[in-house]
Parts: sequence; C-alpha cells; structure tokens
Amino acid sequence: MAGAGADDGADDLIQLEEVTKVYATEAVTVRALRRIDLCIPRGEFVAIVGQSGSGKSTMMNILGCLDRPTSGRYVLDGIDVGTRSNDARAIVRNRLIGFVFQGFNLLPRTTALENVELPLVYRGIPAAQRHRQAEAALEAVSLADRMHHTPNQLSGGQQQRVAIARALVTSPPLLLADEPTGNLDTRTSYEVLELLQRLNRSGITIVLVTHEHDIAACATRVITMRDGLVKTDQYNRPAVDAAAALAELPRPDEEAAPEAPAS
Amino acid sequence: MRSILAAVRLALRAILRSKLRASLTVLGILIGVAAVVVVVALGTGVRNRIGGEISSLGANLIYIWPQATQVSGAKGSAKDSGRLTEADGMALGKEATSIALVAPFSSTSMQVVAGDKNWATSVMGVTRSYWEVRAFEFSKGQSWTEADEQLKTKVIVLGDTVRENLFGSGDGIGEYVRIGKYPFRVIAVLAKKGQSPFGEDQDDRILMPMGSFRSRILPTAPGRVQQLMASATDTLTVDRAVGQIEQILRQRHHIGPDEEPDFVIRTQAEFRKSQEQIFDTLQALLASVAAVSLLVGGIGVMNIMLVSVTERTREIGIRMAIGAGEADIMVQFLVEAVTLSVLGGVVGLAFGVAIIAVLSRALEWSMELPLQAVVAAVGTSGAIGIVFGFFPARRAARLDPIDALRHE
Repeated sequence: MAGAGADDGADDLIQLEEVTKVYATEAVTVRALRRIDLCIPRGEFVAIVGQSGSGKSTMMNILGCLDRPTSGRYVLDGIDVGTRSNDARAIVRNRLIGFVFQGFNLLPRTTALENVELPLVYRGIPAAQRHRQAEAALEAVSLADRMHHTPNQLSGGQQQRVAIARALVTSPPLLLADEPTGNLDTRTSYEVLELLQRLNRSGITIVLVTHEHDIAACATRVITMRDGLVKTDQYNRPAVDAAAALAELPRPDEEAAPEAPAS
Repeated sequence: MRSILAAVRLALRAILRSKLRASLTVLGILIGVAAVVVVVALGTGVRNRIGGEISSLGANLIYIWPQATQVSGAKGSAKDSGRLTEADGMALGKEATSIALVAPFSSTSMQVVAGDKNWATSVMGVTRSYWEVRAFEFSKGQSWTEADEQLKTKVIVLGDTVRENLFGSGDGIGEYVRIGKYPFRVIAVLAKKGQSPFGEDQDDRILMPMGSFRSRILPTAPGRVQQLMASATDTLTVDRAVGQIEQILRQRHHIGPDEEPDFVIRTQAEFRKSQEQIFDTLQALLASVAAVSLLVGGIGVMNIMLVSVTERTREIGIRMAIGAGEADIMVQFLVEAVTLSVLGGVVGLAFGVAIIAVLSRALEWSMELPLQAVVAAVGTSGAIGIVFGFFPARRAARLDPIDALRHE
C-alpha cells in the first residue's frame, strides 16, 4: 500500500514503515494502526480524514512524537524518532514540529507574546531574541496589535492564529494541525485555512487531521483512514483555494467585524 | 542561572494567582521558622543572662551552708543546727590550698529608718573579704577597716537601692541609719549590680562588720555564721577546692567519711547547670514544636503542589507538546515549591525578628540572632520545598503528554 507520494526520494520529510500501534487493556486489545506505510515529501499539505476510531488521532500522536509506535519505523527529517527516549522526543518536538490543536491549547492568563515565546524558552534562547522572534511570528499571522492580550481577551480565530504563530516561531519543517477548525465557524475556519495555505506555499509541510471533507479539500493531498488502515490516498487537483472560498462566503455580520480578516 | 530566575518569576506568578491559598499553605513553615528563630535568640538571651548573673556573684564562688543532720528521724531547721563558724572560715582560708578567700556571712530582714524615710531590707554581717569574694565595688566611700571589725563599730555600707530609698538623690555618706536600737553611720555605697540568678536585687542590702551584726542586730553564739562564701583560686580549681572544704569541715566537725555532713557545698557551676537545664528543657520543647510545624508545613506544600499539578495538567501537556523535557517540567514545579516555602520562611523570619524585638524589650534580655540561624532558617525552608516538592514535581514530569493534553 504505497502512498501516492512515495517516490522513495531522500526529500521525504516523513517516512512511516509498517507502523502499528496496539493499545492493550485487560479486557480488549485495540489495534489502532495496522502496518501503515506512508511517505510525505517536503512541502506537501496533507489532510488525514476519517471517522472517529479510524486511527487518525493515533496517527497524529505518532507523527507528533507524542506517542511511540508499537512496531515499525518512523523517520522524521532523517531521524529515526520511533525509538527515542522521552526527552529526546521532547527535543524533536521542539525542533521539528509545530502543533496546532482543536482547542487552541494556549496557556491561560498568559499573553499572546508569552505563549508564542514558550517553545523558544525550552530551546534556551535569550529573552531579547525570543521577543523579536515571537513578535515576527505574531506579525506573520496579523496579530501584531494583540500581542499583549491574554487568550480570554481574544476571539477563537485569533487564539488559533496565536497557536499557529507559536507553532511557527521555531521555523519547524513540519506543522501538525489536529482539527484546527473544529471549534471555529465556517468563515473563521477558512481564514485559518487560508493562513495555512499561505504558510504551505512558503515551504512548510503541513499535516492536518480533520473529519470534515470541506476542510480536507483545501489540502493538496488527502489520506482517508478507516479501521487503522489507509483507505485512500489521492491528490486534490486542484486544491480548493481558501482565499477564494472566503470571498464567496456571505458578508460577516457586525459582531464578526472586529476580527480582522487575514490579508 | 537565567533560566532559574525565569522559573522563579513564573513560580511567583503562579503563586500570586492564588494568594490566599499560598498564604494558608505556608502558614506551617512560617510558624516553624518563626519558632526556630525565636528559640535560637531566646537561647542566646538566656545564656547571656545566666552568664552575666552568675559572674555578678563573683568569680569561682563556692557557697557553704549548714545543714541540719537527722537526729532520730527529725530534721531540725538549718539555723538551729548550724555549726558553721568564723573559725571554720579561717581554717578553710589557711588550710585549703585551692581557696583564695573566705567570707563569713549572716543576714536578717529589718526595717531601717533614716530621717523620715524607712525601708525594709536585708541587713548582713560580713568581713572585708566579702567585697572581693562577691565582686562588689564601691561607688562612694570605702570599706571599713580591720579596727572597725575588732571594735564592732556601728558603720554600714549601703546597697544602691537602699541609698535611693533612704536618701533619694543624695549619697548618704556620713548620715545615720537606725537599725533596730542603734544608729549606724554610712561610710560607703556599693556600685549597682542588678539581679542575681536567684532573682534577688543585689543592691537591696545593708552591710556591716560581722562583729557589729552579731552583737547589735542578731545575737548568736560567738563566732557562729549562717553561711560561708569562698572563692577558688581559679575556675579549674573549683572542684578541688570543694573537695578540700569537704575534707577540712568533716575533720573540724568530727564527721566520719560515711556519715552525713552537717553542711552543704554549692558552686556557681551547679547554679548555672540547674538554671540552664530548665531553659534547655524549654528550648527543646519549643524546638520540637518548630520541627512539627515545619513538617506539617512541608506536607501542606506537598499537598498544594499536588493540587496544582492536577489543576495544571493541561498546561503541562501543552508545555510537553511544545518541547518541554521531563527536566524542564520537574524544575518548574520544584522551583515553585521552593519559592513557596522560602517565601513562607522569609515571612516567618520577619515574624520571628519582630517577636524577638518585643520579647527582648519586655524581658530586658539582650538577645542575638546569629547570621547562621537566619541562613539556616531560610535554608531549611528551601530544603523543605525541595523535599516535599519533589514528589509532586516528579509526578508532573512523568505525565503522558497525550493524556495531559486531553485532560479537561
């Protein structure tokens, strides 16, 4: 079951070889992933879709180095990360992966700027440089004017953009987005997608997990999972342009107005 | 170093977020540290005070009292059976090599009158060696002479308290004080000495030659005294001097080595020991209260840190996803625990210092708080933070990032 993008090139950012994940409890054994082979070259925008229980969350956790495969090999950016220790995987997460979650997962009572600085703190970067980088990342997601706001002072779309800035601030090769639009309305969803597409065009590889086909349509490649297996794996030609989709949506009403659309 | 500072700042922010909870948590440590600090200062105060009082008695002082021996099961009163005499004192001075001086001593309480003032005080009969044995000095005038002792002259030396009560601001030298039936001429005033370790005002006394006392104040058998005071030649020879006194007095009183003696010997060291014992007990009691308080405080810190870890599970998950290693999370929570307990320690220290200030003023003791005690107090609270913060911090560091992220 070789993926459509598997050309064995050395430029694959992600390589999964016969990856399985088994959760064994006393009562049942759940085979969440069954011998998955998958290659994702650099620069792709991949959507992983599937219903709950299809194994896409497990896939996400393994791709994000939050979990270890039961068997098989996971090579990320040339590093075999499947067997690394917890601390080594923490470093991998910090250097190679940016996370965007459904629930935003920003630290409460902490300003946008500090949230974005956080990954740099764990990299041991001095405060002044952290500041500069975090400000640049917030500017890149058009939130320069909201830097000193805490999450509860920001709208959902703004919070998600802070989360994206946090994911980008370390300039990782891979951005993992787990249902990034799950808590957002359609318009804000497309704004976030538009931002992701823009980032993808500038070179970052994006893997997005969703159960919505509208969202997946914005990716260049869609992998459908079912029962721990890759069911289909095909390219969207062409992918839906989120900016165009955004333009077709009805005008936002007054309440949504304060949220400046990403330009 | 910078990362530790950043961690402390982070910890302070987390602590300040729940001020009430934090202050309740550190109460135990606060009380413990305050207690430790007060106990240490009290200890130095007591030692200073006992040391000062004991040395105010005179150097290397040894007391000898008569003791009633048991006669057919009934113990008589000390005064009746007292067989201590001036001759005993002279013999001790002559024969005991480790004794520098011997002073006989008798006293009684009397109402004394001077002009229209009167005062109840202790009237004492002594010899001139008393000044040196008990380390008294004169602020005005000087001692009587050997001739005064021989002739039983009616001269007296006043303690400062007596002078003040009889003559106010005047020195009273040359004035007459009536004691019992006779007027006595004041020839000297003693320099102020303050309280003795027995709580007696050492300045509230009138002294006169032994002969005058025996013949005009309290008639007793010839040569009889209530007490003998001796000073050893050196601090190191006190024990030897006691042995010599025992031996000489047994011989002079015809008491066999197995019989109960008719006298008691007490040294300064024994007074000091018995006083220090009382305070040591008190101090041990306070110290154990402090220890229990610190233990309880430590458990409080552990408890609140466990709560904090549970509350912030999601935060821990986020930090882990973003690249925090186990050590980063561990340090974060450990620093928070240490910051919390050191804060408690510092506030406790401040409370302790305040209590010491109040106590030293109220008791008029000079108390010190050694720098080591301050360092130890803050250090102990820091150590409590590390010890009791370790388990919660490790629990936080070992969380599974996936579970932690899913935590609501």
